Amino acid sequence: MYDFAYHKPSSLAEATRLLAADPDAKAISGGHTLLPALKHRLNRPTALVDLSGISEMQGIRREGDALVIGALTKHEAVARSSEVKSAIPALVFLAQHIGDTQVRNRGTIGGSVANNDPAADYPAAVLGLGATVRTSRREIPADEFFLGMFTTALEPDEILTAISFPIPEKAGYAKMRNPASRYVMAGAFVSKGKMGVRVAINGAGPCVFRQTEMEAALAANWSPEAVAGIKQSASGLNSDIHGSAEYRAHLVSVMAKRAVQSAG
Amino acid sequence: MLDAGRAKRDLSRSKSREGAMPQVTLSVNGTTHTVEVEGRTLLVELLREKLRLTGTHVGCDTSQCGACVVHMDGESVKACTTLAVMCDGAQVTTIEGLAQADGTLHPMQEAFREYHALQCGFCTPGMVMSAVDLVKKNPQGLSEQEIREGLEGNLCRCTGYHNIVKAIAAAQDVMHGRRESLAAAAE
Repeated sequence: MYDFAYHKPSSLAEATRLLAADPDAKAISGGHTLLPALKHRLNRPTALVDLSGISEMQGIRREGDALVIGALTKHEAVARSSEVKSAIPALVFLAQHIGDTQVRNRGTIGGSVANNDPAADYPAAVLGLGATVRTSRREIPADEFFLGMFTTALEPDEILTAISFPIPEKAGYAKMRNPASRYVMAGAFVSKGKMGVRVAINGAGPCVFRQTEMEAALAANWSPEAVAGIKQSASGLNSDIHGSAEYRAHLVSVMAKRAVQSAG
Repeated sequence: MLDAGRAKRDLSRSKSREGAMPQVTLSVNGTTHTVEVEGRTLLVELLREKLRLTGTHVGCDTSQCGACVVHMDGESVKACTTLAVMCDGAQVTTIEGLAQADGTLHPMQEAFREYHALQCGFCTPGMVMSAVDLVKKNPQGLSEQEIREGLEGNLCRCTGYHNIVKAIAAAQDVMHGRRESLAAAAE
């Protein structure tokens, strides 16, 4: 790892100022994606701005018919939260199955969503529930947030502060993990509620995406059978040593079916 | 091609490095240490190289194997994926801090010995630290399957996990006061 300066601001304003002043500075929270990347020298920030001391980015709370989770909330805190469990149990299930215990003890929801790894879990929930991403300067609907592989609508000095999840009537998540790395090969997050019927697919393509054909089928008939027969096109999906695009396309239908099953 | 801006920044950065190194104050196994580190120093490097606590191992260095697991403020973490500067003010426990001062082993260590839960021993410190955290967080008791799932973040390339799982199952009864000693559990 190359060396870097280290800053630990205690307010969002100070963190924003530090990031704006240095285009080569990067924000860090749990560091469980960034530090492995730095070890591989895939990135060379001049400074790391540690967000973990910013109290306004902490906490899980109900705001009307939405569940708001602060960006610094650790995966393990979501996995063990009774507040989340009563509002969106599928989110608890998702958080319980990210990485391993030690990764969940450090990794944060804000980091996962801001990084937008194609194989990350949280982007599927954000898009699949039609959540709103809150940042240091605005609110961004999920449909406008995820732009491509590791790419989001965030500006370089813009900080993701919280995610507001509309509480659905039903929601479910299913994924196929790579047997060795445990990263998602293909996953589906489905929900039904005031945001309509939504199906978000992660792991399969370069970026999480909505499967609109499945959404239409589920809107007409909410049942596992409604999506089981819908074939995902392999065009544009990821193809690597772990699985071909055709294999991932097949998994999409299977995972969507299981997600609807788990949603009940 | 040389990027002038980059070179200038590198220069100013190396100057600031020579200037003030970040200092961290943390408690390790009950002793408070104040140590100068680089921004990039990992917690595991601080423990092994500065404090000479070499019981915490580095296996993969890519957050997979769990040989470097320690407890930080009561949670198990991978010390190879934690910056030392981010541990300022933290309470850290390593494998060296698990036994009592008189040398009496922690029930989990005792169980690993009793059940022969190791072969080469490289993964053992991390395995024990993860197991202690897992058992503490689940006072209701864990099934064999739950123990296996709870060890997702720790790799052992010798044992096939079988005796490790047995040891943790026995140790949890002692840790939660359901059995007085391992001797009773081991029959």
